[in-house]
Amino acid sequence: MSTTVMYEEKPLKVVGTRPLRPDGVDKVTGRARYAADYNLPGQLIGKVLRSPHAHARIKSIDTSRAEALPGVKAVVTRDDFPDMQTEYAAAGELTINFRDVTRNMMAREKVLYDGHPVAAVAALSASIARAALGLIKVEYEVLPHVIDVVEAMKPDAPLLHEHQFTDGVTPKPERPSNLAKRMVFARGSLDEGFKQADLIIEREFNTKPVHQGYIEPQACIATYTEDGQAEVWTGTQGHFVFRAQLAKVLEMDVSKIRVTATELGGGFGGKNNIYNEPLAIALSRKSHRPVKMVMTREEVFRATGPTSGANVKVKLGCTRDGRITAADAELNFQAGAFAGSSVAMASMCAFTRYDLENVRVVGHDVTVNRPKVAAYRAPGAPIAVFGVESVIDEMAEKLGIDPIELRLRNAAKEGTQTYYGPKFGPIGFIETLHRAKAHPKYRAPLGPNQGRGIATGFWFNIGKETSSALHINEDGTATLIMGTVDVAGGSRAAMAMMVAEELGIAYDKVRPVIGDTSALGFNFITAGSRGTFAGGMAAVLAARDAIEKMRRRVARIREVPLEAVAWKDGRGQPAEGGGAQFKPMTLQEIARDAGKTGGTISGHSEINAEGAGPGFGTHIADVEVDRQTGLIKIVRYTIVQDVGKAIHPAYVEGQFEGGAVQGIGWALNEEYVYGADGVLQNPGFLDYRVPVASDVPFIDSVIVEVPNPNHPYGVRGCGEVPIIAPMAAISNAVQNAIGVRLREQPMSPPRVLKAIEAAAGAGAQV
Amino acid sequence: MGKHRVMATVNGDAVEFLCETGQTLLEALRDELQLSGTKEGCGTGDCGACSVMLDGRLVCSCLVLGVEAQGKTIHTIEGMAKGEQLHPLQRKFLEHAALQCGICTPGMLISARALLERNPDPTEEQVRYGLAGNLCRCTGYHKIVEAVLDAAREMRGA
Amino acid sequence: MARISLSNNLKPYTGGETEIELEVGNVRQLFRALGERYPDLAPQLEFELAVAIDGVIYQDSLLAPIGSDSEVLLFSKIAGG
Repeated sequence: MSTTVMYEEKPLKVVGTRPLRPDGVDKVTGRARYAADYNLPGQLIGKVLRSPHAHARIKSIDTSRAEALPGVKAVVTRDDFPDMQTEYAAAGELTINFRDVTRNMMAREKVLYDGHPVAAVAALSASIARAALGLIKVEYEVLPHVIDVVEAMKPDAPLLHEHQFTDGVTPKPERPSNLAKRMVFARGSLDEGFKQADLIIEREFNTKPVHQGYIEPQACIATYTEDGQAEVWTGTQGHFVFRAQLAKVLEMDVSKIRVTATELGGGFGGKNNIYNEPLAIALSRKSHRPVKMVMTREEVFRATGPTSGANVKVKLGCTRDGRITAADAELNFQAGAFAGSSVAMASMCAFTRYDLENVRVVGHDVTVNRPKVAAYRAPGAPIAVFGVESVIDEMAEKLGIDPIELRLRNAAKEGTQTYYGPKFGPIGFIETLHRAKAHPKYRAPLGPNQGRGIATGFWFNIGKETSSALHINEDGTATLIMGTVDVAGGSRAAMAMMVAEELGIAYDKVRPVIGDTSALGFNFITAGSRGTFAGGMAAVLAARDAIEKMRRRVARIREVPLEAVAWKDGRGQPAEGGGAQFKPMTLQEIARDAGKTGGTISGHSEINAEGAGPGFGTHIADVEVDRQTGLIKIVRYTIVQDVGKAIHPAYVEGQFEGGAVQGIGWALNEEYVYGADGVLQNPGFLDYRVPVASDVPFIDSVIVEVPNPNHPYGVRGCGEVPIIAPMAAISNAVQNAIGVRLREQPMSPPRVLKAIEAAAGAGAQV
Repeated sequence: MGKHRVMATVNGDAVEFLCETGQTLLEALRDELQLSGTKEGCGTGDCGACSVMLDGRLVCSCLVLGVEAQGKTIHTIEGMAKGEQLHPLQRKFLEHAALQCGICTPGMLISARALLERNPDPTEEQVRYGLAGNLCRCTGYHKIVEAVLDAAREMRGA
Repeated sequence: MARISLSNNLKPYTGGETEIELEVGNVRQLFRALGERYPDLAPQLEFELAVAIDGVIYQDSLLAPIGSDSEVLLFSKIAGG
């Protein structure tokens, strides 16, 4: 049964305030336990041997000398894992193909990227394990490689998969290709639309892959006992999804695997996929001891999914007064070594902020010799939107229309038909545009070489399977067992707040706990901005279930009909017009005698949360460009975003600030640098430059609340929208500052300087 | 390949541990002394998650060898609170919601305390540069800087 | 008969057809009928498509009811990161 719980406007006591988060004290004292902080008696340390080549056939693997090294207890290769047929399952942000999953975790016929796992060992210590890796002999037949998406689509490009034929093309192609899938989203007639246009602008953009950049490298510890039971502790955004994937690739019953989600040191979409977990279980099975595997930062960069790099073409047509008449885009996304990038979602949200009749978006999913991409906060959207919002900015400039005004003239609103499917319900896009326009920072004076840029973002947000249990303890406190992993945004606190609001008790009387996979029914990953939306819905329903049971208990104890009992302010009391009068019972009183009056009271819910509400944001970026060094400084940054309802405003601000700074890093400096040999040259934080505290100013956050009618508290979810607009907002600001438009990301100093010189040389705008 | 015996003072306690020549102080703290509050984010001194005080100096413990700790005084996150009393920085981080996933928090707090010991009245810019060696991916640094400035105010008795 | 619309990007799998009428009582029956009519579409039905029935969006809801004059729209699922 799919569930929507309608929004009720009512006075709130807890929701909307700013209490302290329950996991806070452990985190500031160093007590919080992340995956790498776990140890089991007798554990071995596992390490992975990785391909040094971007593309090669594996001719043979000889592990005999490694196995003979004293202290080595187990070695695994492709021979220790069953081959999988092509089979799709929804897991994480994208449908995954298990044939690819098993090959990504351990190469079979070929290695497809620098860093691709080829073997793994478990030994008494890390140094012995590392020495063992050096004793494994792999014979490779090195093949030509391709890492550029446009190059990879050409017919004579080195081919990654002989069995991959382009999906979505008729007639079915006869030759295999790196183009895994082509998709077309269209509406109306582009020809008609461009005929109506007074101004047509066509541009091409290129972005590089960037990594989610979580400070905690992947880590896990696994045991496999002789009775066929496996237990895994790992940092994951979805322990139920991990359990499902592990069961599949290891051919085990789901019930024989227990996954505990440890405190997560950042995910952002990058911890939705299994990497070392199946290897650790297999090593434990072979060695009969627990195996702990912690990735180094270099391994994280070489082998865990970044987001796609892409080539984007955008063509827009509009009338003289800024009404967009035609919108055309082509998105060419790198998927990495295996098919399945976020190009479909990027295609679906490229133009969705606007009410358009004539639209076409063509998306291409292309395999290249790089690590398989993973989701990253609003997957695909920042890339597509960078292109689209840059062209819209150019339109506004050429027509002499204020950039926010131009967007208002085209803005989507309730009832707007999207080009990818449904119509919008109530949304807050226009509200964010108005609030941005009215914001004092929009009129802050700009100095020399300073400029201002606007860009907007949209994300669908999702719901999906969620389960929750609420136990009323004997002293009247409550324990909430959640299945949605708290990926750090503070969702534990938000759930506890909603439950406290429902029950009518104080926030600190509700203790939220993330249950392991044996504690609850299936929960989907925490992604898609669903944590507070879906987790909250499940928590609220569990609370309402418990309240229903408490009402029944009061009715029995006080010997009155059920309809006579109302729940208000933490107690069962006579309902207005209910007929019977009786002495109210507080939650504490009910709880204290619960064991003797019928048993402990618990509520639970297992739902498929539907009715997620889309989120929109408008960003204002002020920059200063140093013409001599090419350095871009962010002078001011303002975010205006509709979140439906801010359960805990400080945590919503935290999402705005964190997401925007990730977007700023994407815009200014982050990129993967490969050599001509296809090997990654900057797998570390020194040369993969994420923003530091001195790179960014304080961020102005404006929370807009247009309630989502399909959530009891109006929640839309807010974690993803903030990362979408920064690349375009900053690039538009640079244009405004120095008259140079950058269409290559990141806008690092050498690129900026080159663009400035080119513009000066050409005497015209680049 | 025998191990070395190292004696040092950690958070005021005399400790003794064994470590291999190649093991870092970070590994020794976490794996030999079970002080897992100090985190490894990169292993190459670029992220600051492993920040500790070594003889009064802020260092990345992943860039110090375990054997170098011989005879030295070390302070880690575990020693920051005094019994039940959290350090003002710890309290302000909680009040200002200056943490999300928390993995950078121990290193950030150690660096912030070292900064305020050197400069009890820093400007916003000085705080930002002072913490530039500690990466955070979740917060965008906004609430961290606010928390440090607020803690500095309180510690000055202002 | 319920009116079924398929979003444009599904055209390659339906030989270009996007508007049909079907007598089906729920999403599972809808998928079965579509899978029989358009074999190329079958692999995507269970995992890659979302359904909007009379304006309400469902993802992974096989038993969601479809009325005899419902408007049903099929489009690509979304997720997140």
